[in-house]
Amino acid sequence: MIMKREVGPTPRPAGGFELYTWFFMRVSGLLLLVLALGHLTIMHLINSVDAINYAFVASRYTTPFWRTYDLLLLILALLHGLNGARTIIDDYVRPRGWRLLSLSCLYVLGLIFLTIGSLVILTFHPAGG
Amino acid sequence: MLREEVMEKAGGGIWTWINYRGGAGQLAWVLHRVTGIGVFLFLLIHIVDTSLIGWGPEVYNKVVKLYHLPLFRIGEVILAGMVLYHALNGIRIIIIDLWEEATRFHRQLFYAAAIVFIIIFFPTAYLMLRPLL
Repeated sequence: MIMKREVGPTPRPAGGFELYTWFFMRVSGLLLLVLALGHLTIMHLINSVDAINYAFVASRYTTPFWRTYDLLLLILALLHGLNGARTIIDDYVRPRGWRLLSLSCLYVLGLIFLTIGSLVILTFHPAGG
Repeated sequence: MLREEVMEKAGGGIWTWINYRGGAGQLAWVLHRVTGIGVFLFLLIHIVDTSLIGWGPEVYNKVVKLYHLPLFRIGEVILAGMVLYHALNGIRIIIIDLWEEATRFHRQLFYAAAIVFIIIFFPTAYLMLRPLL
C-alpha cells in the first residue's frame, strides 16, 4: 500500500550538496525562463530556421553580447539538465553498480558537451574574417 | 514520505515509475520529467550541430538545412511546447516551494499553467508552421 504523504512542497533538503542543487535548480530555472524563452523567440519567431546559416551566426558573433548570452544559456541549461538527469537516475536506477555506471556516463558526457559548447562559443572565428 | 519509500512500497515495475499519487499533481510531475528529458536530449544534439560551425560554411550550412525539412519544423514546434510547459510548471513549482499555502491550490495552479500554455502555444505553433501551410 502506498501511504499518503502530508500535503506540502517538495521536502527541502536539510543542507549540504543537495540543498545547493535544490537552490540552483530554482535560480537557474528562473534565469533560463528569460534566456531560453528569449532564445526561442529570437531564433524561431522573430527569425526563422530558414534564416539561420553560417553568415547569420558569423554576424551574430561579431559582438561579445551574443557570445556571452549563448555561453550563459549553454552553461545554465546543461547544468540544469544534468542535475535533472541525475535526479531521475537516482530515482530509477536502483542497483549500485548500474547507478554508478550511469552517473559516471552522465558526468563524462556532460563534461564533454560543456567543453565542446564553450569552445565553439569562445573560439569561433568567421572564415575569411 | 520520501519518493524512494513510495516506490519501494509500490513494489517496482514500470507503472510504479510514473505512478505516484494520481491526479493533476502526478500529471504535472510526469510531464515535467518527460519534457525535461526531451529538452535535455535536444540540447545535446544542438551542441553538436552548432559545433560544426568550426568546420566552415559548407559543412555547417549543409547540416542546418536539415532543420528546414518539414519533419524537423514539426519537431521544432514540439520542442518549443516542451520548453514552454517545463517553464510554466517550473514557475508553479517555485510558487509552491516559496509559499506553503499554495500547496492547497497546486491543482488550480496546474490548471492555470495549462490555460497559459494553451494561450501561448497554439498561436506560436501557428506562426512557426506558417511557412509550411
